Amino acid sequence: MKKVVVIGESILSPLGATPQENFEAVCRGESALRRYEGMFGVKEPFVASLMDRSLWQTEGRTFFDSVVIEAARRAVEAAGIDPASPRTAFVLSSIKGNIEHIDTQDVTLAASARRLADAFGNPNPAVVVSNACISGLAALLQGRRLLLGGGFDHVVVVGAEVQSRFIVTGFQSLKALSESTCKPFDAHRDGLNLGEAAAAVVLGFGDSGWELVDGAVRNDANHISGPSRTGEGSYKSLRYVLRNCTPDELAFVNVHGTSTLYNDEMESIAIDRAGLMDVPVNALKGTFGHTMGAAGILESILSMRAVDAGLVLPTRGFSELGVSRPVRVSPEMGKTDKKAFVKLLSGFGGVNGALLFRKGGAAC
Amino acid sequence: MLTIKKFATIPSGSDLTALYRAEVGDYPKFFKMDTACKLGFLLAERLAEEPRFTPREDRAVLMFSTCGSLCNDRHYEASVREFPSPSLFVYTLPNIITGEIAIRNKYEGETSAYVLERFEPETFVALVEQAFQDAVTESAVCGWVDVRADDDFTAFAFLVERGGTGMELNKETIYGTVNQ
Repeated sequence: MKKVVVIGESILSPLGATPQENFEAVCRGESALRRYEGMFGVKEPFVASLMDRSLWQTEGRTFFDSVVIEAARRAVEAAGIDPASPRTAFVLSSIKGNIEHIDTQDVTLAASARRLADAFGNPNPAVVVSNACISGLAALLQGRRLLLGGGFDHVVVVGAEVQSRFIVTGFQSLKALSESTCKPFDAHRDGLNLGEAAAAVVLGFGDSGWELVDGAVRNDANHISGPSRTGEGSYKSLRYVLRNCTPDELAFVNVHGTSTLYNDEMESIAIDRAGLMDVPVNALKGTFGHTMGAAGILESILSMRAVDAGLVLPTRGFSELGVSRPVRVSPEMGKTDKKAFVKLLSGFGGVNGALLFRKGGAAC
Repeated sequence: MLTIKKFATIPSGSDLTALYRAEVGDYPKFFKMDTACKLGFLLAERLAEEPRFTPREDRAVLMFSTCGSLCNDRHYEASVREFPSPSLFVYTLPNIITGEIAIRNKYEGETSAYVLERFEPETFVALVEQAFQDAVTESAVCGWVDVRADDDFTAFAFLVERGGTGMELNKETIYGTVNQ
């Protein structure tokens, strides 16, 4: 079977405008998480990682559409592909898109996807994958499937989320937000922080570089807003992608690690059941917050950079293990000579997903 | 080859509570759902087969729309002005419909929600076929549930399986079935 590989990427976040800038910021232990009061007209203060809206705002476009198109443009440029070609497809990942404009505009993700494809003169129907918090991961998997399904040479997968009163008040109403910076897998974790980012990956066929080996999405079939106590869907996703890979070949598992009590506990159980207790585990939510529709793409890109540099990124915010299974959470920067990793995510609707990435030429 | 095993549809404006009472009746969580989830739930009930409620990883749930959760998003946004409602907020995700179907039926396979500009049989068939690249998936509930308002919607779903003896899944059979 032909290999699906990453041929271009981009990240726009509060920590930088390129994958390299973001990677270096993570290595330095930085974060843009800070406390906001009165932001978006939300009464209760909240901690979040938000972008500077003056930086990438395009005239005549919403901020969300602006960052989606800018992230795509940078990834397309890096890949050197023709975005207008009928053999190029676009996939958009977001959860709430333009929701901040719900009173005044067509805020459907379908409309944003059309504007994305139109911005590049692309004729194909743009597909949106909106699978709650695993959207970015599911969109990458959809990109792989589009290529393997035939008819396309390249797929541009873009994930983005911008925050708003709609989203912040929603998470506040669920009591899911931490009042301080989040602490993935930590004994004192008490909720998540929301974040903003846009990230894009161009997928194509090739023999070298980073291969998107496989992926799976599985449902807990248990609860719409709480994870399974047995990590059912997360475990089954892991089991699927590990069919052709042994745990000792993995540099790390980059987990969801939202820092809610239930999510992190669930992930520890899934990791244990999947036989990954000896594999380092890290999470990036303490750096970027939960960037929702961007998370799967943002966190995958940074994980690829880390393996390229022989590093296991630190889990910012973590200090004392607070889950029932003794998973190997990386508190500080570590080293690795492994060439593969797993990206793990879970979300509302009981949905879970895993992707396996492998550096070209490595055995797995 | 993929084939169509069953098809179900609910006309726009139907009284969903009446349908629930006539066809189901034993799942009170139905009343908490938003309109999209009620439609997905009722369609999946009609597509379900015996024996029911046995956990199975080989059945996927793939739901498509243009509006996503927009109708319920408006209800939530209205609540924010008074008091943000957590029970409305959890339905502001286009994929909750897939979760409700999975929970009811113990479908532990893939669940995915897609948003498309319009219903096009060609795109619909291509995305369903691509989902079957997952080696575990043997069948899938595949639906178009587009809720423009609580009383204005398009809702139909297919039970699609690998192999099988039904009509082949292609743009002509999808187009023909939907327009019957």
